Amino acid sequence: MDYQNLFTQTQVIGPDNHGVPINSYDQRERSKGISFNYLLGKIGNAQLGPIYLGRLGVASIIFGVAAFVIIGFHMLAQVNWSPIQFVRQLFWLSLDAPSPKYGLRLAPLSEGGWWNICGIFLTISILLWWMRTYRRAKALGLGTHVAWAFAAAIWLFLVLGLFRPVLMGSWSEGVPFGIFSHLDWTAALSIRYGNLFYNPFHMLSIFFLYGSVLLFGMHGATILAVGRYGGEREIEQIVDRGTASERAALFWRWTMGFNATMESIHRWAWWFAVLCPISGGIGILLTGTFVDNWYVWAIHHGMVPSYPLTNVIDPAIATPPFNPPMEGVK
Amino acid sequence: MKKAYLSFIVLLGAMMVLSGCERPAFQKAQNGFRGTAMVDIQNPRINADKAKLNELPPSTGLAPAEGEKASKVYQNVKVLGNLSQAQFTTFMVTMTSWIAPNEGCAYCHNVANFAEDSKYTKTVSRRMIQMTQNINANWKDHVQGTGVTCYTCHRGNHIPQNVWFKDNPQNATGTSLGNRNGQNQASESVGYASLTYEPFSKYLLASNPARIQGKDGLPNGNVHSLQETEDVYGLMMHFSKSLGVNCTYCHNSRAFSDWSQSTPQRSQSWYGIQMVKDVNNTYINSLQGVFPAHRLGKEGDIAKTNCATCHQGVNKPLYGKSMLADYPYLAQAYPTTVVADKKATTK
Repeated sequence: MDYQNLFTQTQVIGPDNHGVPINSYDQRERSKGISFNYLLGKIGNAQLGPIYLGRLGVASIIFGVAAFVIIGFHMLAQVNWSPIQFVRQLFWLSLDAPSPKYGLRLAPLSEGGWWNICGIFLTISILLWWMRTYRRAKALGLGTHVAWAFAAAIWLFLVLGLFRPVLMGSWSEGVPFGIFSHLDWTAALSIRYGNLFYNPFHMLSIFFLYGSVLLFGMHGATILAVGRYGGEREIEQIVDRGTASERAALFWRWTMGFNATMESIHRWAWWFAVLCPISGGIGILLTGTFVDNWYVWAIHHGMVPSYPLTNVIDPAIATPPFNPPMEGVK
Repeated sequence: MKKAYLSFIVLLGAMMVLSGCERPAFQKAQNGFRGTAMVDIQNPRINADKAKLNELPPSTGLAPAEGEKASKVYQNVKVLGNLSQAQFTTFMVTMTSWIAPNEGCAYCHNVANFAEDSKYTKTVSRRMIQMTQNINANWKDHVQGTGVTCYTCHRGNHIPQNVWFKDNPQNATGTSLGNRNGQNQASESVGYASLTYEPFSKYLLASNPARIQGKDGLPNGNVHSLQETEDVYGLMMHFSKSLGVNCTYCHNSRAFSDWSQSTPQRSQSWYGIQMVKDVNNTYINSLQGVFPAHRLGKEGDIAKTNCATCHQGVNKPLYGKSMLADYPYLAQAYPTTVVADKKATTK
């Protein structure tokens, strides 16, 4: 049992593997250096490289670094350029979107303008990286499944930072660039729009998220379990079943009456993963634009269980709020 | 087999490490319908630290109300003149022990001439006594019969330990980078969230309803922004932190704005907001200009109150024990009371 699928204990290191030959131009763009790393071999392939950067990759990294540096220097300025405070307060620091008074105009740099610039750079960087995943897949003669799965995540990213703010008519609806601040934004969005848990697309997104986790767990467990029969050679087994595949299939039929096939399980997983950000993005796009209070909306559609009311009455109905006298008036 | 033994020992070690982290179990009290997660969760370890802070000071007993009035016996008694001499002297001594236990009478009085108004602290005390009377007489919706005394906030300190000053939200360090946007700072005032850390000017000084959710499902003119939501959220974090309770102490979190699903505490809390606005505007801010520079915040304003000033981490200050029985004259506002020094009239 020294050979195991996960955390491989035996490492076989052969001559450098440059991969399948591709056209001479693309070949030029690959890095020449290939190295081997024992620790990487513990969790995957010990060979590091060749890396293909190319023009798209270089451009994407330049824009990405620009966005990253804008955020970083903004945070550093927030702590008066103190590296120690930068580390201590890092989780709190944030580059925030402009205030609502600027609408869709470019706010002064000190009041959120950098947020827009950073957003443009980050978006360009991500789109270039997407093109890279598409082009590299084509160059290797692969399907473009990875690129389209990435595109699903980019859809959610663009909804959050571009499509929805534009529909709402204000950049202030966008997500801040910061660790705690983007979490606070998430909570605030849910509170402002009457509880996002009543948003059916949010429900679907959670369904696909948890579904992805479940499928990932089931599939990983199944393949590891039949690894002793060579079950990790999934691709061969799509056309040539073999005992590993048969046993795995029988296990699921025994336990739940149905089994996915060696091929279909990957479609299940891909679609669940991809539908998570797609449905989530739709839900966010509808929030504030077409629905203002999801809880009230859900009541109208019979989704909300009713509990005994506490019969507390808004005190502001009977009692006027305390209004301080105007400044300078007595 | 060796591996199995090793795993067993590692597991045992992990269990011992984990059990070392064991703390007293949280106390949970259901305060809403089952299934709504409306549970008040208290941490006994944190509550133990609060116990000492919330002990009552020794009672002085009820001083006799009979006898000559303080205004007849002493000079320049503007606020408590209707007390008997016994009540007056008892209260002066008690108030000193609550607010300036180390400095004694000299903290407010010129000991050579007690009637003199030369120290600003004396002017402030007068106004604060009026404030206490006003809270107990006119804000029963919030303080109920329990009421407040000087000790509710001061607890032996000159300035209560939990006060707030205005903060300039545009605290950019340069011309373009580094604007904190009034947020993004580990601040105790909002429970160390990165939310708006000074929501008090907006909601506890000025009068702005802290209401951002719309009543209709579809967009219908509710224009409150996400930034405003974070202001309210920051204020609510302050409420939660100051009272040592969670959101569901007042709200059913599935519909924060719905009063008909909220607990009665939310209503009392609303009166609290109104009361604090009254306190900050009518009483605290009327003392602007009286305080010396070293007592002022960085925006030049004086220390103001929020929920934490009285509550200090518990849902009922001093665990809801009333101190008013010994000081009945603090429980009512006196119509003949002189309102403020500057506007002293001979009514």
